[in-house]
Amino acid sequence: MPVIKDGRLVEDDWTFIPDFLPLDEVARPVVSLARWRDGDCALRARNGRLGLRLPNDTDPAAIGADLDRFALIELEFPVFKDGRAYSQARLLRERHGYRGELRAVGEVVRDQYFFLERCGFDSVSVAGDKADQGRALEGWYEAMAEISVPMQPAADQRPPASSLRERRRAAAVAS
Amino acid sequence: MYRYDEFDSTLVNERVVQFRGQVARRLSGELDEDHFKPLRLMNGLYLQLHAYMLRVAIPYGTLDSLQMRRLARIARVYDRGYGHFTTRQNIQYNWPKLAEVPDLLAELAEVEMHAIQTSGNCIRNVTADHFAGAAADEVEDPRIHAEIIRQWSTLHPEFSFLPRKFKIAVTGAARDRAAIKVHDIGLQLRRDAAGEVGFRVIVGGGQGRTPMIGPTIREFLPKADLLSYLEAILRVYNRLGRRDNLFKARIKILVASVGADIFAAMVEEEWRALRGGSLDLPAEEVARIAAYFAPPPFENLPAQDTGFEAMRFEDRDFARWCRTNLHVHKQPGYAILSISLKPVGGVPGDATAEQMEAVADLAERYGQDEIRVSHEQNLVLPHVRLRDVHAVWQGLVAAGLGAANIGLVSDMISCPGLDYCNLANARSIPVAQRIATRFADLDRQHDIGELKLKISGCINACGHHHVGHIGILGVDKKGREFYQITLGGSAGEDASLGDIVGPAFSYDDVVDAVESLVETYLDLREEGELFLDAYRRVGLAPFKEALYAGH
Repeated sequence: MPVIKDGRLVEDDWTFIPDFLPLDEVARPVVSLARWRDGDCALRARNGRLGLRLPNDTDPAAIGADLDRFALIELEFPVFKDGRAYSQARLLRERHGYRGELRAVGEVVRDQYFFLERCGFDSVSVAGDKADQGRALEGWYEAMAEISVPMQPAADQRPPASSLRERRRAAAVAS
Repeated sequence: MYRYDEFDSTLVNERVVQFRGQVARRLSGELDEDHFKPLRLMNGLYLQLHAYMLRVAIPYGTLDSLQMRRLARIARVYDRGYGHFTTRQNIQYNWPKLAEVPDLLAELAEVEMHAIQTSGNCIRNVTADHFAGAAADEVEDPRIHAEIIRQWSTLHPEFSFLPRKFKIAVTGAARDRAAIKVHDIGLQLRRDAAGEVGFRVIVGGGQGRTPMIGPTIREFLPKADLLSYLEAILRVYNRLGRRDNLFKARIKILVASVGADIFAAMVEEEWRALRGGSLDLPAEEVARIAAYFAPPPFENLPAQDTGFEAMRFEDRDFARWCRTNLHVHKQPGYAILSISLKPVGGVPGDATAEQMEAVADLAERYGQDEIRVSHEQNLVLPHVRLRDVHAVWQGLVAAGLGAANIGLVSDMISCPGLDYCNLANARSIPVAQRIATRFADLDRQHDIGELKLKISGCINACGHHHVGHIGILGVDKKGREFYQITLGGSAGEDASLGDIVGPAFSYDDVVDAVESLVETYLDLREEGELFLDAYRRVGLAPFKEALYAGH
């Protein structure tokens, strides 16, 4: 299943590996939290890149010490109106300083893209056939352009209205 | 009043375009109803029994004449000539067509209004004391921080898919006119021992099928910390609130299940990590917003106005209306004036386009161009010179808005009930109408005195029956409408939940039951004792006896 990342539709090079399957031959495996926690030395000592899928009822603090081991963290949307992962994403980015890729998986639809991006996600999984994927990418561009003035700070770089007002006041004082 | 700057306008206009796209995708079939539903709800659009219903936000219940005229125009052009003011200081239109809703929203945006987050599992339109800025007992105007909350909560990326809806109410006075103890978060501005102004924070109150009076989780929160503290509460709720059961998903269930102390500790822990960060507004920004709520230019007037006193003496109807519909203003020579939307036989909270325009005219001419919507489904002109009150009253009477019943038995809160709502079990509006008709004699109502009667057509309690002095709840019994009665509820600073009095009454019998309760009160009350006080003194027994004796 492809993902939208940096405004492009790209083939997913990560593979979620169920706990009962070995990781040996997989270049970029994503493992469950349980597997990571129970992980044997081989997993812990693994040199290659590793991804983690975090259930949405898990406090990110639980993996706070391990974050630099993961190049990817997948956060789950079992249904699109279950919004727990938004909080997890902000905590990972803003509290725990996670810098790797943060991906939304599960039921992820166009109308979440803007919120996801603001909370620190940088890729989203895309379901459906080629036509669906094309529409999703189009939707991604629309979603990023729809709202230009956020009203609150979040995990993204967009200055919220309060900062824009502050800048304007500063400019008025300077001139 | 707050005025949009370019940033507020940009956001609201962009939201209209965004919603236009969502509606287009629904109409084209690209979005199915399941996926459209959360999106339309987040913009106030419901699918009701007969049609779509659009709920328009009136943030903290404040609007001006231009906005009120636009609401009237919308009623005329997009609806059937009327609108319904709600218990959350919103207005609902019952008959808009889906394809026309984007145009309707564009018309609202022109007058700095919107329908953002009037529904859905997100932070809803923030409400406030409808006497804000006028009440004599106010520490500070609550609308300053209500507006700050409005902006912060608008399209919040983290809190747009909460477990359930989330309602915040703010008051600046010790006398609670905003029902803050039955909201998800209630905020009360108060002074601490050092004279600093901050908030008492109440979390986890609510009505619905599990009514609760919210516990205070923090006695004093400095004003500067408001947004970081709210973000901490919302984050704890978003992560831990139940999502497996719709009926246990409100924050009140979380607070009650872990206990208020532990919940408070979780919030404090989250807050320690958030406070002092980018959520803290610079003082200049708070001052910018506060300036919009500066008091209007009041004249220096004597506390009494001889013309007003003379008219009260001469005109009995006017005098009677003054007794219930006027309230003490902080400025001498001024009054707060309530406009009842509860005429005998009418639908509580409904106003026609013509009535909205009449109110707009009066506000513009006599009321500093300000209008409020109260959570009791009435309108308020907060700043009227005593000398103008008679002229305003005449204008109201001419528009059919002269009901002299604020706070009396016919000033009922009622939800739309089975006449409109697909959640309802029973009709509410006809019950309200029949009770109002039974007590139509104004002298009798005035003799009964303050009595808050509230009617809900189902357990979701939109009609606030749990906190009515007399509460009426519609239930379905084998396909027939029955009404359960509760006594002794209050939404004020002395908040309490009503006690169920006994078996429910049929649609035909419920009005007699109310009358019997009122008669019982009249018999047992002491000199000057209000219904609620009498009930609290004597308890359920005499009322129960009166209702069920001989059954």
